[in-house]
Amino acid sequence: MKKKNAFNETTFLLKITISLFVVMYALGMVVFREKGFIHFQTFLNLFISNASLIVIAAGMTLVMLTGGIDISVGSCVALYCMMLAYMMERQCVDAVSAVAIVLATGLGFGFVQGFLVSYLRIQPFIVTLAGMFFARGMTAIISVDMITIMNKRFLGWAQDKLFLPFGGYLNRKGVLVRPFIYPTVIIAFITLVLIAILLRYTKFGRKIYAIGGSEQSSLLMGLNVRRTRLYAYVLDGFLAALGGVLFCLNTCSGFVEQARGYEMEAIAAAVIGGTLLTGGVGNVFGSLFGVLIKGTIETFITFQGTLSSWWTKITIAALLAFFIILQSILGNRKPRTGENQ
Amino acid sequence: MKNEWKKITRFRLFLPIMCLILVLLVNVIKTPSFFFLSVRNGVLYGYIIDVINRASELVVLAVGMTLVVAASGGTDISVGSMMAVAGAMSCYVLSGGQVSVNGYAAPWIAGALSALAVATLCGAWNGFLVARMRIQPMVATLILFTAGRGIAQLVTRGQITYIRVDSYKYLGNFIPHVPLPTSIFVAILVVVLTNLLLRKTSLGLYIQAVGINKDASRLVGIKANKIIFFTYAFCGFLAGIAGLIASSRIYSADANNIGLNMELDAILAVALGGNDLAGGKFNITGSVIGAYTIQALTTTLYAMGVTADQVPVYKAIVVVIIVTLQSEEFKKWFAKAMAQKKPVEA
Repeated sequence: MKKKNAFNETTFLLKITISLFVVMYALGMVVFREKGFIHFQTFLNLFISNASLIVIAAGMTLVMLTGGIDISVGSCVALYCMMLAYMMERQCVDAVSAVAIVLATGLGFGFVQGFLVSYLRIQPFIVTLAGMFFARGMTAIISVDMITIMNKRFLGWAQDKLFLPFGGYLNRKGVLVRPFIYPTVIIAFITLVLIAILLRYTKFGRKIYAIGGSEQSSLLMGLNVRRTRLYAYVLDGFLAALGGVLFCLNTCSGFVEQARGYEMEAIAAAVIGGTLLTGGVGNVFGSLFGVLIKGTIETFITFQGTLSSWWTKITIAALLAFFIILQSILGNRKPRTGENQ
Repeated sequence: MKNEWKKITRFRLFLPIMCLILVLLVNVIKTPSFFFLSVRNGVLYGYIIDVINRASELVVLAVGMTLVVAASGGTDISVGSMMAVAGAMSCYVLSGGQVSVNGYAAPWIAGALSALAVATLCGAWNGFLVARMRIQPMVATLILFTAGRGIAQLVTRGQITYIRVDSYKYLGNFIPHVPLPTSIFVAILVVVLTNLLLRKTSLGLYIQAVGINKDASRLVGIKANKIIFFTYAFCGFLAGIAGLIASSRIYSADANNIGLNMELDAILAVALGGNDLAGGKFNITGSVIGAYTIQALTTTLYAMGVTADQVPVYKAIVVVIIVTLQSEEFKKWFAKAMAQKKPVEA
């Protein structure tokens, strides 16, 4: 019965999120009609520019479901972009190995953080805060200069437009402009679906929900809480690395200040998408809508043209505040059992 | 002998003092002139003065952070951003919205008070989220951690506002005819006044009680939520003071760089001071020593050619080591390892 209440709460939050997205997008279509907001491409651009955030938010959702959090992802993205740029431009490593090394580093980073959180029982915040400063500092140690990626193979991946057979429109000269996406979007979607399947249909996925719901009960049920939590962080580390690669495919450069504040966007996406901060409730598709809302706000600000990009961060922060207060009110109204983090 | 050693290691300030001595020793070996003082233009100069001077903001922040950690078992990661907001606010009021001024547009005290008010307000917002809305402290403060710098940017309209007035530089530099930097006195004043506040009233006791067991202290009649709210608001207020000092040092408001990476330093100071990051008992003296240790460490790293961007790597490693040593699981595992070893020795 309790579980059902929690479930209803999260669908309620998700409904708010989806309607918010639809309303915002419709509003954008009306307000920015002249500037081409109405084209299908604008919608696809949401995915193109946020492919990495979709992947990272999925990883964030995983650790948040266990009742933890990872605030190191933003700095990790900067580190991975810098690693890719440095390896390909300064060390002449080929693109495939560079990506492989980055993904392996992500696994390692996730393992260390996961070990500290699950086996030494240190608060996830402290561990990932240290991880955040560590990754940002390592980026500066690799190089303080901005490195632009010129590697042909990598740029080939980044600029390979995949045209869609539908949704095109005729421009002023009467030429058919077909909407397109980049391979990053496809990778992001495959990842999203895989994580969703993992959470819904595998033992590991169900264990994650169980330990997030109540660690004590999971222990009594005989679940290996520590190992599950460790794996969640390892997977999160891997997804952060994958997200970093996608981010890099978008920007094609590495520099220290990259992706500052990205962790909050990922957390905001998960929270807006209905994942409870206390763990145990939420899913990755909710987080997808969280990302889309963030993307829409960003598109508004770009289309508007005069507002500073800081407004994106402030609006996201305000939305995050709004949704966690909402969660808190809903949570307090129906007290849940087993609310230990 | 063994018992005495145990007594010494159990002393609460053992860890911070040992770390401080270690860092100072490294410094003395590397730079023999570390403790030398000289008088130039009527003010004292020397490495050690520089360390104590530059640690002032950190000491002020560490005091606030200690109380937050003690009462709520969480940390406030928005202190650096709140410093930026406070600095931006004071410069905005004093410059009257211009980019660079050679005279005050408003009296200094108005700028300072508005900066402190804004910072306290930010702290109160954190406190509201944590105490009233029961949101995990780090998520609650993460909002201002990211948005705070955005707000500071909006206040300064994305520009660096300069206040080219001598008296604005007093707080972060020297007041004429005083041989020591002003910020040292501010830091000492904050530590002494906070200690008085905690010792002379029952506030200190209440904070510990709430940190050890929130529900129990609520049941014995302590207004736990109000105590937690107070610690966050107070932490914001102190971040405001730190922001004023930082802004006075560069006589401007640089929204991107004031208080950058300070949150890690402040948390590290608290942990290094022997305080448990899970809350409960606290020791402000420890945190203050921790803060000076970290500043000495930072200065040492700078002297070794590490840039400001790279320093966090080393600090992050230190944080992980300290929290690992503090962790119950590690202690258990360590005790087990020791117990297994003993029979073999005997």
